[in-house]
Amino acid sequence: MNRKHQDYSTAAGQGQEAGGLASSRLAKLGRYAGIYAALWKNSVTRETMFKGNFLLWIVVELLWFGLQLGFIGVLYLHTDAIGTWTKWEVVLLVGASQFIQQIYQAFFLINCANLSELIRTGKLDFLLMLPVNTRFVVSLRQVDLGGFVNASSALAVMLYAARQLQLVPTVGTVFAFLGLCAAGILIHYSLMFMLATISFWTVKAQGIVFGYYNLFQIARMPDEAFRGMYKAVFTFVLPMLLVSNVPVRLLADKLESHGALLLLLGMAAACAVVSEWVWRLSVRRYTSASN
Amino acid sequence: MPGLTKYWHVLNIGVQNSLTYRFNFLTRTLFGFIPLTAMLWLWRTIYEGKGADATVGTYTLAQMISYYLVVTVVDAFTAVSEDDWQIAADIKDGRISQFLLKPIDYLWFRLCLYFSGRLTYLAVAFVPVTLLILYLRHYFVLPPDGMTVAFFALSVLLTALLQFFLSYMMAMLAFWVLEVSTFIFILYAFEYIASGHMFPLDILPPVVEGALYFTPFPYQLYFPVGIYMGKVTGMELITGLVMQAGWVVLAYLLARFAWHRGIKRYAAAGG
Repeated sequence: MNRKHQDYSTAAGQGQEAGGLASSRLAKLGRYAGIYAALWKNSVTRETMFKGNFLLWIVVELLWFGLQLGFIGVLYLHTDAIGTWTKWEVVLLVGASQFIQQIYQAFFLINCANLSELIRTGKLDFLLMLPVNTRFVVSLRQVDLGGFVNASSALAVMLYAARQLQLVPTVGTVFAFLGLCAAGILIHYSLMFMLATISFWTVKAQGIVFGYYNLFQIARMPDEAFRGMYKAVFTFVLPMLLVSNVPVRLLADKLESHGALLLLLGMAAACAVVSEWVWRLSVRRYTSASN
Repeated sequence: MPGLTKYWHVLNIGVQNSLTYRFNFLTRTLFGFIPLTAMLWLWRTIYEGKGADATVGTYTLAQMISYYLVVTVVDAFTAVSEDDWQIAADIKDGRISQFLLKPIDYLWFRLCLYFSGRLTYLAVAFVPVTLLILYLRHYFVLPPDGMTVAFFALSVLLTALLQFFLSYMMAMLAFWVLEVSTFIFILYAFEYIASGHMFPLDILPPVVEGALYFTPFPYQLYFPVGIYMGKVTGMELITGLVMQAGWVVLAYLLARFAWHRGIKRYAAAGG
């Protein structure tokens, strides 16, 4: 009963069950896994209803990915390096950045974009009433399965680039790489979710969320192209230059120091904390639209 | 000219509509500058790596930076922002029915809204674009003479019309399919690379560049920018403008034709 009560108070409630018994935590985890499985099932059903459209979106993403690679191809017709980055290193970077973006997109993008719609129509009321963490349902309601297909094509490009570079990473390096990618995804998610919460203040924030797309373009550029204030802003404020550059540097053995790894992990944690804080602040401000 | 006043009102309403969500509009405009600045940094680093007085294709660093700045200006004047989505939505939701009854032509109506959208965008983007150009003034090359400016302006106008008619034509797909966004994005991908948005087309291998001139894409952006940069002159300029005008007329006719066919279907479906 006590637990249920806490769940109802949602936003601020979950995750604060400090010092709770390990078994109760496990039960809770199991419950959330069950809920998430149900959400997955829903998404799969939805996608199978519009098969043609599903395939067309994959074509669109492939085309844009090809375009980025084409651009790199054209650049390297005219130069041998960008800073110290060679052609295949940049291809690896573009691939990794696409991989991170697509996994992010599979889990979070639609949900972040839909938040403003939930607020505008007052549907958020319904989600706030559910006996689960509201941020959990809002963030993970829909899964975009196309994202996984696109991530695998990004992976294929990365493998090819790694072969061109004659990289033979150890299993440990690969896992570390994936862990860093996860940190990158956490950064994208935290920042975009924060942008989406602007819709608590202004009605039409969907456009703002898509404005974030412009930031992905920086994430796939080699960090050495930037200097000064610009580099500082996109490292310490909007850490786009860490998200895919650091994992790729690790993989391609280009790390200058281990500080970069800590910086990426630290920035990911910082973004997550700030984003959660902004979310709680925003929910407190929420007055339903349905009255 | 009472026939035209109604379109003047449409223009007016369009401006007011765009300004309803000022904050949204401003943020999006500012976000839009991020990729541009990143691109300029990228080129600067490439030129530095190649050493002093380096060129890429025929471009010096200053010319390359100017290229992207002029692209931004032409884009501000001509890019279709949400017109295609809105037209498709009008068709899908049946809002075009009212236009079939009113003495107002839907294509001209939308063209007015497109122009008003551009006007508001220009008003908002004017300050950041000007600041950016001033900041990079050492790199910014001015056009060779007044005639060039005049031809540039004419070509930008044709570009605007071409952009609009092509988008209108794409939006007409909404008569036949439920989701037009995928098709619009696919075309947009081709436009993005083949119109010179990502890089000047003459740094491509000549065969590829030559092939692109058989498509309307270079006339959607690259051609007016080329005029400004003094890359297209004399006879080439005149034939280019004629080609561009030809694409405009063709796109217009196709847009009209698609609407005509669509309406027949629409009427049948709507009962």
